[in-house]
Amino acid sequence: MRGKCGLFFESYRAEAAVFQSGFQKTCLGLFVAALLLSPWVLDSYFVSMLNLICIAVIGAVSLNLLTGVCGQISLGHGAFLGVGAYAAAQATMHGVPFLAALLLGGFAAALAGMVFGVPSLRLKGIYLAIATLAAQLILEYVFLHWESATGGSRGLSVDAPNILGFAFNNERRMFYLLFSIAALSLLMVTNVMRTRHGRAFVSIRDFYLSAEIAGVNLFAYKLAAFGLSSFLAGVAGGLWAHYTLFLSAEQFNIGLSISYLAMIIIGGLGSVTGSVMGAVFMTLLPEVLNGLSGAISDVLPNISQHINALREGVFGLVLILFLIFEPEGLANRWRLIKAYWKLYPFAH
Amino acid sequence: MALTTPLLEVKGVTLTFKGIAALTDVAFSVEKGRIVSLIGPNGAGKTSILNCISGRYTPDCGEIYLDGKNLLAVPAHKRTGMGLSRTFQNIALFKGLSVLDNLMVGRHHLIRYGILSSIAYFGRAMNDEAEHRRRVEDVIDFLGLSPYRHQAAGHLPYGVQKRVELGRALAAEPKLILLDEPMAGMNLEETEDMARYILDICEEWGATVLLIEHDMGVVMDISDKIVVLDFGSVLAQGRPDEISANQDVVAAYLGTEDATFFGR
Repeated sequence: MRGKCGLFFESYRAEAAVFQSGFQKTCLGLFVAALLLSPWVLDSYFVSMLNLICIAVIGAVSLNLLTGVCGQISLGHGAFLGVGAYAAAQATMHGVPFLAALLLGGFAAALAGMVFGVPSLRLKGIYLAIATLAAQLILEYVFLHWESATGGSRGLSVDAPNILGFAFNNERRMFYLLFSIAALSLLMVTNVMRTRHGRAFVSIRDFYLSAEIAGVNLFAYKLAAFGLSSFLAGVAGGLWAHYTLFLSAEQFNIGLSISYLAMIIIGGLGSVTGSVMGAVFMTLLPEVLNGLSGAISDVLPNISQHINALREGVFGLVLILFLIFEPEGLANRWRLIKAYWKLYPFAH
Repeated sequence: MALTTPLLEVKGVTLTFKGIAALTDVAFSVEKGRIVSLIGPNGAGKTSILNCISGRYTPDCGEIYLDGKNLLAVPAHKRTGMGLSRTFQNIALFKGLSVLDNLMVGRHHLIRYGILSSIAYFGRAMNDEAEHRRRVEDVIDFLGLSPYRHQAAGHLPYGVQKRVELGRALAAEPKLILLDEPMAGMNLEETEDMARYILDICEEWGATVLLIEHDMGVVMDISDKIVVLDFGSVLAQGRPDEISANQDVVAAYLGTEDATFFGR
């Protein structure tokens, strides 16, 4: 192998590339190949985990665009996901092809997000969080009571996605669909972040006064952030609807919004990699705890009824410990690990 | 002194906050291609004037023209497109962005591709990014920022951050650049560098400068014209030598009794 002592760029375009070195590309390629092959090796429980992770990744990266990159805290993300889910479900029920329905769900959610994003012109930080909490509660109410569209408390059953006659009716097929849309979403957000719109978003987050001086129309860009973020949330919602095949209002409650916030905080605010890590972490942690508590119950059957309560407690505890010891998120830890190995075995 | 046509005209600007007058009937002009300094004791209204020009405040009455166009009719974020840019007294950088991206934000109004190009990062977005990067590199070279290019702006030393902020204003290719105390808190060497940059901005980059600064040595050395504010109104304006000889100005800075004392 030809050795180089660093990365040298010969054009600005090369420097702006997402994956810069051949090593990086190889690693990523191998990782993706392994992921793509995994549904043939893993049993369907693990594939369903992968599927849930894919949906969570789209939701998390979209919230990270709004909250991490643009600095607008949203407690209504779960509800925007719900808008997309119901819209896409209704669309496919009325005979709209799946992919078009997914886009429709995205646009419906974007519209809802932009309407509820209007207060962001006046409200900042924690106050905006409360305003978006109102969005969450209002939308939840609508999900429950607009029975003709959402089925109300009875819920809504949805068909499995079908693209040009090909039905995605098992976990393995679903995985390829969800994985490709998740990958596309990640690419989309990465692209936005390295271009003028992403920079404008960060400038609003970091110092809105000088952003305005630099010519950034604050209101338009905040709305754009809400719109883009909710669009992706709506797509995630549409996928969720067609993956779980059943929608009910409780699925999109405040708990979902908060778990998405937890994902991006644990993963790393403003980082695409962090969104992925947070989504993986938050999806797998309850499952791992489930498995652990099951194992402990087998060994100590006497305390099995306490284990369940303990499991929730441990979940909370792990989150708090993460915030204390990794306040910058998993993405930052990953960066530090890479930096360490870059210089290995020489410490300096 | 033959002054050229005015680039910025401030006419009868009055600004009050709940009845307290911050500015009263302020009028002055900034001639094209010159360095004009705005001085005055703390609280005299220097930054308020800058905020009126840049759009942070809207004056109660009065007019402000840039290149013959009424600035007050234009919202703040569109004034950049008219050739106006500024720096802030306290550092107002985008801490999480690299120096390079801070400067690229400075060029925001010049980069025009739409959101779909952004999402796809293809065609126009890709070419424009490289093109504007080239322009930003000129500014980086000029201000000696190349060692810090990829570092997050929030982690840089104070003096460098001040330079980055100047760079961000300059990257916007302004006709008029408003500098709010660019030398505040700097040591002698950094102050001299900054003075050199300001002169070069005026001479080589063809921008007109309106400067607020407390360092009188610098102000007297580099200004073509000085406007003195006191208690929200213009006390005097003229060439540096006229200002330093002006009794009213000395009185405003040192107090009347001291002025009599020094004048004796």
